[in-house]
Formats: sequence, structure tokens, C-alpha cells
Amino acid sequence: MRKPKNSANIGYCLGIESTADDFGIGISTFQGEILTNVRDTYVPAEGGIHPREAARHHADVAARVLEESFAESGVKPQDLSTIAFSQGPGLGPCLRTGATVARALASYLNLPLAGVNHCVAHIEIGKLKTGANDPITLYVSGGNTLVAAFDAGRYRIFGETLDIALGNCLDVFAREAGLRQKSGLPFGAVIEKLAARGDKLISLPYCVKGMDISLSGLLTAATNLLKQEKYALEDLCYSLQETSFSMVTEVTERALAHTGRMEVLLTGGVAANKRLQSMIRTIAEEHNARFCVVPSEFAMDNGAMIAWTGVLAHNCNMITPVEKSFVKLRWRLEKAEVPWVT
Amino acid sequence: MKTSTLFKKGAEASLYLTEWQDRKVIIKKRLPKKYRPPRLDEQIRTYRTIHEPQLVHGAKQAGVPTPLVYQVNVKEATIIMEFIEGKQVKELLNEQSEKERRHTCAGIGKAIGRLHKFGIIHGDLTTSNMILDHEERIVFLDFGLGEKTNELEAKAVDLHLMKRALQSTHYQVAQECFNAVIDGYSSVLGLEKAKEVLGKIEEIERRGRYVTERQT
Repeated sequence: MRKPKNSANIGYCLGIESTADDFGIGISTFQGEILTNVRDTYVPAEGGIHPREAARHHADVAARVLEESFAESGVKPQDLSTIAFSQGPGLGPCLRTGATVARALASYLNLPLAGVNHCVAHIEIGKLKTGANDPITLYVSGGNTLVAAFDAGRYRIFGETLDIALGNCLDVFAREAGLRQKSGLPFGAVIEKLAARGDKLISLPYCVKGMDISLSGLLTAATNLLKQEKYALEDLCYSLQETSFSMVTEVTERALAHTGRMEVLLTGGVAANKRLQSMIRTIAEEHNARFCVVPSEFAMDNGAMIAWTGVLAHNCNMITPVEKSFVKLRWRLEKAEVPWVT
Repeated sequence: MKTSTLFKKGAEASLYLTEWQDRKVIIKKRLPKKYRPPRLDEQIRTYRTIHEPQLVHGAKQAGVPTPLVYQVNVKEATIIMEFIEGKQVKELLNEQSEKERRHTCAGIGKAIGRLHKFGIIHGDLTTSNMILDHEERIVFLDFGLGEKTNELEAKAVDLHLMKRALQSTHYQVAQECFNAVIDGYSSVLGLEKAKEVLGKIEEIERRGRYVTERQT
């Protein structure tokens, strides 16, 4: 990462991300240069994310991650102009830990706070890094699966999952299959590797309802087949990926055809999956739209996206006073104001 | 057959406008999707090509105007059907006065009520799938994602989709439009049945992601 130029006029925003299992801190200049993006991921000993355990992890690593981000960027605390944090949606205990760090920093350094919507941040970092201007966004992660586009002051949701998120579907299947999660390598990446070696398509429920999708039936069916031990794990992973990715691709294409946008942006943790990228690229090309995908270091939850969205909020004088900095567990994308988008 | 022009390139199918036996027709062709595996692709296209005409026909029996289906070719995944001239409800709603809008939406609600009474779920109720023709009828298109069932859940999801479509495309007037849709719907199904479906919609919305009403 580059050292910042020695100028008094450069503003810096430090962003804190802690909605789920990742604790991340990023620093962005006001011009959108990401100077650092440090992350520490909580890996449960078994099972899924336990919110309280994850929050404990975040509290344990917060000071070290903060130190690293200052050291790596060369930015000093007194150089900062604003502190941004992920205010929601997400897991309560995790969000509160990040918010506490943000409030402490802001009050110690006497800086304004900016509460940022996590979903907005995934879209904004994608736009920053790919140069997309007004895309149809497919945002797929462990907690969210939605298709959105900007219209009349907000990012409007055109379609979303009616039950579980795509990343969650892959994660649960991986755990049921007894796969091991290594630090820094999400389950999705493990499944992707296995799927690349599969080639037999096993019939699984395909459920598209208008622009919405449902994944829970698919997960149940795939898990049941897994327990029957009739099929190779590689083929099951392949079929699970092909079926679920086809579903999200179909609804993205519907939104693309419906709105006639010229860009498609793929963002969120599952955006790192090469197979999904190729599917979305295919529909983009078919509709003469530009395919944009967030670079993988900014695909998973990260502090840099919060920092950059904090810059955008700061430019619009959006300050979150401490008494209004409570976390919003269910803060829908459509409810977030984004006055910087026009 | 005369030369055909691409009328609309949808996500699911391409529509070609042409003449067939002296009629203006739409050829709906479900082209192979390169992004998904060929076997899955064929399954989906075949299934929808077979089911769509059945539902289009069922809708007529239920008393809801739909295009006439002239020919179905399962192997090619094409359907030849009547071309409906008129105006998309999507555009219409943005031009109408409040009173006209309410009338249109009540009409939509009545039609949905008739479909549901007949056990037909449209599956993709958006204002771009409805045309106001020259006889002032609202013609329903695109039953490709529909199904035949009498389940309460399916009906509620169907109406919920309508609500969502109004919110994303006509957000300034979405509530007033949806209220009128429900009025029309109730007038066909009766208050009791309509209330049952509305209750289910609320339940579905509470299941939704990050819905604040769920926080207590």
C-alpha cells in the first residue's frame, strides 16, 4: 500500500467494519485512495457464527488491527478527519463492538462520526474500484443476496432472497459435508475448488419467484443427498453451485432487461467466486452491458469500504451524532440515504 | 413466414414481432442461456414452454384476458401467440390521474382475484406484464413463472410480488395503487378470503429480511 503524500490538505477517513465474523479497519483518502485494509476473521471452533463469541473476538483483536492499520498506512491518528463505522445491518453484539471502537476514537480525537450502511458500502467500494457509474448490482454474501439499482435517491431492491443468503447456503452445506474452514479461506472458496472437479449435474430445486429467489429448499435437498452418500461430494458441490448461481444470474438478468442499465456490478463475498463471475459476465455481454466485479480483497467484508463510504457521507455533511450512533440490526438498503449518488 | 423483428429482448425469452397466417403475432422464443449448464437450461426452458400456454389458457377460463396461443413448439421452446396492441400499464400508471390510477389498479386486483379463484398463480405480477388494449381490457402477459395451485401461501406470494413491483417501479404512488389492487381483489374473492390472503402477506413480509416490524 502506498504511503500518503505529506500534505495537510489530504483528508483521511478511518472505517470500521464488524457486522458479522470479520473485524476490519480501512483508511481511505478523501480522493478514494485506499491506504490500508486490515482484517481479522473469527473462525468458530465448530458450527456457525456465534454472535457473542464473534463479538468477543472483535474486541480482542480491535487494538491490534487498529495499530496495524496506522502502521501500514503511515497515517497518524491526528491526521484523520472523520471516523466511519458499519452501523447495520448485521449481528447485534458484533455491530456494537465496532460502534464502541468508533465512538471511542471519535471522542478521543474529537472527530465527527459517520454511521454507514453495510450494504451501501459494498456497492460503493465496487463502484470506486471498477469505475461503475450507475450499475445493476448483484450483492451476494453470507448475510445478503440482493439485486439493486439506484433510483430516486435510494438504492432500490429489485429482487432478493426470500429466506437464506447465497453465502449462507454454501457455508451450511460445507459444514454439513464436514469441510474445514481455514483462517482467511472462506467455505465458499473450498466449495468452489471441489465444484471445479465435479461435472455431473444432479437435479436440485430451482426456485425463482419473479425477481426473488428462495434457497432454503435447495439447501435442504442438497444436504439430504449428501447424507445418502450416493453422490460424489465434488458433483454435489458442482450441482449446488450451478443451480444456485443460475438462480441469482437469472434474476440479475431480469433486472438488467427490466431497467436497461449499461453496467452490472458483482459485489460481496461470493463475488470472489470465478464461476459466478463468468455467469454474470455472460449475461452482461449478452445485454451489451459492462461487467464489473469488485477486486477480491474488497469482496469480503472489509474496513476500506466503510472508510470510502464514510468519505462520501462526510462530503455530504452527513454526521452521525453519538446519541444517534446506536446500531441498526435490520437497516434495509432502501432505507439508507445516499445523497452523494445522483 | 414473413421476416420477424426483435420486439423485446427479455431476460427469459426474446419476443419477435411478425406476421403468421395474416395475423400479427409474437413469437416468444426461449433461447438457450449460455451461463447455465445445458441440461439444466433445457429442463427450465422445456418446463416453462409447456406450462405457460396451459396457464394462459386457464386464465381465459377464469375470465382474465390473455393473448391467444396459436402454436407451441416444445423442441424449439417457442410459442406463437397473438400480438396485443395497447399500452403497458407500467407507462400508463405514470400518466394517469389519481382517480384513473385507482380504477386501473382495482381492475388489476379484480383480474388477480379471478386468477386466484381459479387456482392460477401468475408468478411475475409486474406492471410491465400487463397491457391496456384498445378495448380497455387489461391483458395479462408472461405466465412463464406461473403455477397452478390453490395454496394460500402461493397466492400471498403472488400478491406480495405485485406490491414489490409497485414499490420498485411506482414508489411515489405504490401504497395507493396497492390499496386499490386489494379493493379489486376483495370484490372478487370476498372480504373473508381476501383478509386471509392479506394476513398471509403480512406473515411473509415479517419473514423478509431486515423488516423492522419483526423487532419487538
